[in-house]
Amino acid sequence: MSLLDVSALTKRFGGLLAVGRLDLSMAKGEMLGLIGPNGAGKTTVFNLLSGFLRPDEGQIRFDGRSVVGLKPHQVCRLGMARTFQIVRPFPHLSVVDNVKVAALARHPVMTHALESARAVVERVGLGARAGALASGLTLADRKRLELARALATEPSLLLLDEVMAGLNATEIEAMVRLVTTINAGGISVLLIEHNMRAVMALSHRIVVLSFGEKIASGTPREVAADRRVIEAYLGEEYVHPPQA
Amino acid sequence: MRPLILLAVAILAALPWLVGSYLITVMIFIFFYAYLGQAWNIVGGYAGQLSAGHSAFVGIGGYAAALLSAHAGLSPWIGMWIGGSFAAVLGAVIGYLGFRFGLRGFYFVLLTVAFAEICRVIALNVDAVGGALGLYITFTGNARQFQFQDNRAYYYVALALMLGATAVVRAIETHRFGAYLTAIRQDESACEALGIDTLRVKMQAMVLSSFLTGVGGTFYAFYLFSLQPNAVFGIPLSVEIIIRPIVGGAGTVMGPILGSFILSPLAEISRSYFAQGGWNGLHLIVYGVLLIAVVLFLPQGAYPALRRLVRGRPA
Amino acid sequence: MDLTLVGQGLLSGFLFGGVYSLMAVGLTLIFGVMRVVNFAHGDMMVWGMYLAWLLSIRAGIDPYVGFLVCAAALFFFGLLIQRGLVERIVDAPHEMQILLMLGVALVLENAALVAFGPDPARVRSPLSQATVWIGPIFVDVARLVTFGLAMALTAALWLFLARTDLGRSMRAAADNPYGARVIGTDVRRVYAAAFGVGAACVGAAGALVSPILPFQPTSGLGLSVTSFNIVIIGGMGSLPGAFVGGILVSVAESMGAVFLSPSMKELVSFGLLIAILLFRPAGLFGKAAG
Repeated sequence: MSLLDVSALTKRFGGLLAVGRLDLSMAKGEMLGLIGPNGAGKTTVFNLLSGFLRPDEGQIRFDGRSVVGLKPHQVCRLGMARTFQIVRPFPHLSVVDNVKVAALARHPVMTHALESARAVVERVGLGARAGALASGLTLADRKRLELARALATEPSLLLLDEVMAGLNATEIEAMVRLVTTINAGGISVLLIEHNMRAVMALSHRIVVLSFGEKIASGTPREVAADRRVIEAYLGEEYVHPPQA
Repeated sequence: MRPLILLAVAILAALPWLVGSYLITVMIFIFFYAYLGQAWNIVGGYAGQLSAGHSAFVGIGGYAAALLSAHAGLSPWIGMWIGGSFAAVLGAVIGYLGFRFGLRGFYFVLLTVAFAEICRVIALNVDAVGGALGLYITFTGNARQFQFQDNRAYYYVALALMLGATAVVRAIETHRFGAYLTAIRQDESACEALGIDTLRVKMQAMVLSSFLTGVGGTFYAFYLFSLQPNAVFGIPLSVEIIIRPIVGGAGTVMGPILGSFILSPLAEISRSYFAQGGWNGLHLIVYGVLLIAVVLFLPQGAYPALRRLVRGRPA
Repeated sequence: MDLTLVGQGLLSGFLFGGVYSLMAVGLTLIFGVMRVVNFAHGDMMVWGMYLAWLLSIRAGIDPYVGFLVCAAALFFFGLLIQRGLVERIVDAPHEMQILLMLGVALVLENAALVAFGPDPARVRSPLSQATVWIGPIFVDVARLVTFGLAMALTAALWLFLARTDLGRSMRAAADNPYGARVIGTDVRRVYAAAFGVGAACVGAAGALVSPILPFQPTSGLGLSVTSFNIVIIGGMGSLPGAFVGGILVSVAESMGAVFLSPSMKELVSFGLLIAILLFRPAGLFGKAAG
């Protein structure tokens, strides 16, 4: 049975179609990649799923119930947690306190929340930085913190918005391992990612968006071979490889 | 830390038997403004919602207790809770409008000011509550009427208010509510994404803050024996309420108390010395300069700076 | 309801609105360019009034001439505040900016109290006494002159913003503060000029209104709040909004005085403010929601 069922999801900004009649379905435990050129509407999809935007049309069913019209905090409580592309840590709180705020959603007692936060901080490999102020972290650590906070809300589905962006090769490798472990632990992952290698390595299936519409879906191998995808998205990079 | 606090409380409890009545009066103002600052601190400091209309809650609370006492014979000891509840209702209305409609920063400041000013104009124009003349409370010296012959009684009531509010804020800080408030001040959208019902948490902060401020209104009325619309609902009182926690450190437990110990004596000294020479506004000039200095040099307030100083520089 | 009274109220509200407009245009210019709310606006206006008063009693200069001096003095004062204080906090959180300007307001208000005492003052102009009749409605000549000069100054400001390089870069900065930085306008100079010109507007407004409105050091707060009302109603940062909003609020207040009572006229503008905040936070002339 599917964990997430999106049908005919539509959102317009003024006259611009940001997301058009998108259908999407995820099984429990799945890791799904959502890719597409800049401006394809990927982050808008996340905002619609997580309650930050209200769809114009369409249905979103999560764990068997509709989440359309719910507030972001309600969606989170149901077990769908998101990260932000531009990370938003609480700058004046320490790493562990940042995560504690998130853990309080499931553990209202401070000492329990702190315990759970410590565990999550260890799990994402920030243990050595637990006491540091979030404002002093490197970008890679801030991305981990963003992930740790989402994890601390104990989701069954994790929406990751470009957690690899801005990281170097070593950091990306570490992040790929981390996301794999998280998924292996039973948490389904919906992943927006620009780093092709990472998304191909991680995803069980991939959905490709272009101008708000789904133009392809399938296994990484199928998608990579799809002519429309190459034209719309991969083509850009293959035809005009970025200058080194 | 705990023995230090107990020692400080013991000293404050013994103080009125050791010093003259003038110093007792100064201390009463220190405690009372620390109390109001602490109440404001919940929504203005911890939650970061800059209300500049808190005088409205003092006014509502004070007027309610005074009118209930005058017309219904209700003891202010009970009236103060009713006054606080009325203030909380007004706080809920302002908070709901402000938070629901997403008013931030300057817009929220203006909304709160507008409500306080509307209260002031209404109090000035409704004769049933004393109109422009205001309300005067006849002195009976009856403790049941919240009136005391001995200034020391007011001293202890003010001290209890300050300590009570501080205990409330300390409890908030160590529980989930406080953690949520601090997080909301830093990034509301992130909070929503982490499962925090930000509207509800901010509402709770506003209601609690306005309730406590309203309770303080009773003390104001029955200590000064008069309520003047321009004084009790006016913007200057709101400034007095806000400035102490900001100078001391908004969003910290000790901030409002420290701020009040810095500013209230200053106000009192310049009032009593300079006012006689016709230098009426001098203490407010000092406030202004301090406010500018704090924003430029100590944006977190005096308490965090003091703590750094005492504990030495962190490694 | 006596129609003459209503007509009288409408006209005097309209004429008084000229000063409101000038004052609000100054505030909205500062906000538009720097995104800083000048909480000391009303107190700067009060200093304009006292300067006009000093010029009048010490040097015998009529406020309808002296306003030029007041505008110049406030221009330099604004420049000073910008360079000395505001410049350091342009990028600070709004709360910090509000508190800083509140500090400036407290200093200005109470410096006036120390310098001039608490009693109301009023500047005399030979024009103050004269009235003309338009049918059944009489008009103070002073009000008419105040209105005319306020309009002339607003028009001059408009020309400055439309025709000069400095004015155009101010408008560019107001339209898009980040864009102006990127294209390399000398932002410091534009900011200082904007604060100076904004302060000059309110200084002139103070001088112009001094023959028809008694004032005291504590008047500043109410004038600040009225300015805030107007710019929110008109739309923060919108110059036409401030202009129209000034007239609108003034007329609304004088209608409030006619229909309710003079002491309750503020209820009308605060009611208007709350309605705008809730239902059209961008204001009547604003572009996007605040």
